[in-house]
Amino acid sequence: MLHAAAKNDIINQLKREVCSLQGFKRPGDNTIINRLGPIEAAFPNKIFPTGVMHEFISPDIKGAAATNGFIAGLITGLSFSKGTCLWVGNKRTVFPPALKAFGINPEQIIFVDLARQKDVLWTIEEALKCKALSAVVGELSELSFTESRRLQLAVEQSHVTGFIHRYNPKTENVVACVSRWKIRSLPSIIEDGMPGVGYPRWKVELLKVRNGTPAAWNIEWMNERFQYAAEQTLFISDKRKAS
Amino acid sequence: MQQNKHFLYQINAKPADMSKRFVSIWFQHLTTDWMIRRQPELKDVVFVFAAPERGRMVVKAVSAAAQERGIQPGMVAADCRTILPSLQVFDDKPERANKLLYALAEWCMRFAPAVAIDGADGLMLDVSGCPHLWGGERQYLKDIIIRLRSFGYHVRVAIADTIGTAWAVCHYGHTTPLIRAGMQTEALLTLPPAALRIEANITERLEKLGLYQIKNFINMPRRALRRRFGPSLLTRLDQALGQEIEVLDPIQPVIPYQERLPCLEPIRTATGIEIALQKLLDTLCERLAKESKGLRCCLFKAWRIDGKIEQIQIGTNRPSRNVTHLFKLLEQKIPLIEPDLGIELFIIEAPVVEDLTSAQDTFWNTINGDNAAIAELLDKITGKLGVHSVHRYLPDEHYWPERSVKVATSLEEQPATEWRTELPRPIHLLHEPEAITVTVAIPDYPPVLFHYKGVPYNVAKADGPERIEQEWFLTEGQYRDYYCIEDDKGARYWLFRLGDYKSGEPKWFMHGFFA
Repeated sequence: MLHAAAKNDIINQLKREVCSLQGFKRPGDNTIINRLGPIEAAFPNKIFPTGVMHEFISPDIKGAAATNGFIAGLITGLSFSKGTCLWVGNKRTVFPPALKAFGINPEQIIFVDLARQKDVLWTIEEALKCKALSAVVGELSELSFTESRRLQLAVEQSHVTGFIHRYNPKTENVVACVSRWKIRSLPSIIEDGMPGVGYPRWKVELLKVRNGTPAAWNIEWMNERFQYAAEQTLFISDKRKAS
Repeated sequence: MQQNKHFLYQINAKPADMSKRFVSIWFQHLTTDWMIRRQPELKDVVFVFAAPERGRMVVKAVSAAAQERGIQPGMVAADCRTILPSLQVFDDKPERANKLLYALAEWCMRFAPAVAIDGADGLMLDVSGCPHLWGGERQYLKDIIIRLRSFGYHVRVAIADTIGTAWAVCHYGHTTPLIRAGMQTEALLTLPPAALRIEANITERLEKLGLYQIKNFINMPRRALRRRFGPSLLTRLDQALGQEIEVLDPIQPVIPYQERLPCLEPIRTATGIEIALQKLLDTLCERLAKESKGLRCCLFKAWRIDGKIEQIQIGTNRPSRNVTHLFKLLEQKIPLIEPDLGIELFIIEAPVVEDLTSAQDTFWNTINGDNAAIAELLDKITGKLGVHSVHRYLPDEHYWPERSVKVATSLEEQPATEWRTELPRPIHLLHEPEAITVTVAIPDYPPVLFHYKGVPYNVAKADGPERIEQEWFLTEGQYRDYYCIEDDKGARYWLFRLGDYKSGEPKWFMHGFFA
């Protein structure tokens, strides 16, 4: 019996070590207060992993806009907006002034617009090797496992956080990212009877997370932070939809 | 007289500029040698170039063989034929000598960066700091002579502290072509007055007075010389002695930040080029560091033995003198250099340099250090994928969405005005607005249904309009009424109506997507 307990200890110890090697931080390591709220509960040690790669999949142009909005929110929430970020893509349509609404100073984002997929990958890899950047957003559609592995190796050295946004991929193949997200717009909430459009609101699905628990949330971006839709508001919106 | 002499020598003891050295090259038979080079069968033929002048053919240039037989430029071709019936006369082209000299001057830039054309048949090189690369002035001159003679040119060469002395010794010297620093007076003493590059009539007058050598009048009172021969004689004398500055007018302006590496053997491999590049960058960056400068643009030139120049160029986003970084940037382009038969000289140039304060401020300010790393990353990207691939945006004071941002010119440029956030802007803005068809219940109201790319969308919520006028001082055109639209599935769009209903049915456009 005692022997089994000792074994468990060792296994737990090893699990923790593997976690930290994979880029997940222990509670003590975190010096920056993240403003992400319940999202973090899905991750090991309840800390949103930085210095790793996250994968986002968007099916269409509307989903891409929602996903980019959520990524911009994450950048602010993780206090990356204080440093310089690189935004790499091949048909970029991100409008810099809109980023200000997500708490990012648009002049701190350097956009790299490239024609070829190959160049996008090369640039993402070079950018992920640069320790001075706080985050790298890469927009592309296809990413093979081998390619993602290369990016992962770069990230392991530099501890730069990468957000890989895959727009309308042919297959949702396995890649070497820590998590896979899907973001979809939800109807915004406004008080009953009032005209207009409310704050951005999304259905955020965390489909895969290494060593964590997949989950889904309804999230609203308000006052420069994520707001989690309370049961009541959910109820209201559902009622509205029904009516 | 005695006093004067003393005075003169005292000045000569300390030349105006110790570091300056000039080489004069005189092509004695420039055009005729070139002709022999082109048509080797003319080697043993006595020939001249002649051009019509006042109705007769006058000899303009003579071959070495013709000169030996007593034919001089300026003689009438018909007279020469009577002296020497076998003489061949070719037509002279007036521009030929100039073109030839210019080409030779360019070729001679392998010996020194500043090469000037001197008269109709000579070159003047500012070789300060160059001869030691060839192992001394003697080897340097020898190399120049051997190379030019191997082309078939008859040349005379001299090196001295001043342009005047180098020219004089080159054209009239009869002992050594190598005039050591500060020895101009000694070198000039026995030369004829014509060696001072003075007008023919002054030379004539000097000779009439029996002053056949410079030593005959060099110590005469200056007042007397000026009165009798005019100020030009004194100027030329001072220039030759180094008491008056004479400037060279190089055919190509000298780039101050330049390093050169001549090779003993022609280089043909990429490894060889890399070694040369590394060496040159080391010396260049060391110099930049000393002067606290950084380069913005860098040229790496390879001179091939067949006379062609291969070159690669890079630019940087901010001044840099980081050897490894610059090496990486240039390394990407090394495959573009074609060594062909081999490269005999490498030159690295920094035509654009800017002040770059030393590493001190990176020590105090880590943001700056980060910026340097980012700038290096951007250099790498722009070097490989083009300058137009990297953008950074700043707010511009326009309401018109396409004009509300401008591209920042540098990495450090900060916004001059605040980003506007009071009105919603879509996270995705289409480069060109795309036409849509809409169903509108009441004019000036948002649509209830719209078709975008053939797909119908039901409008659930709408906000607006936000009217944005064309700026009449920039372009003509109709205003736009923007609406924020949310469809029944929750996706949000930015639509606009161009113009109003007064002039027929207005057009509607999709312009962006909200998050």
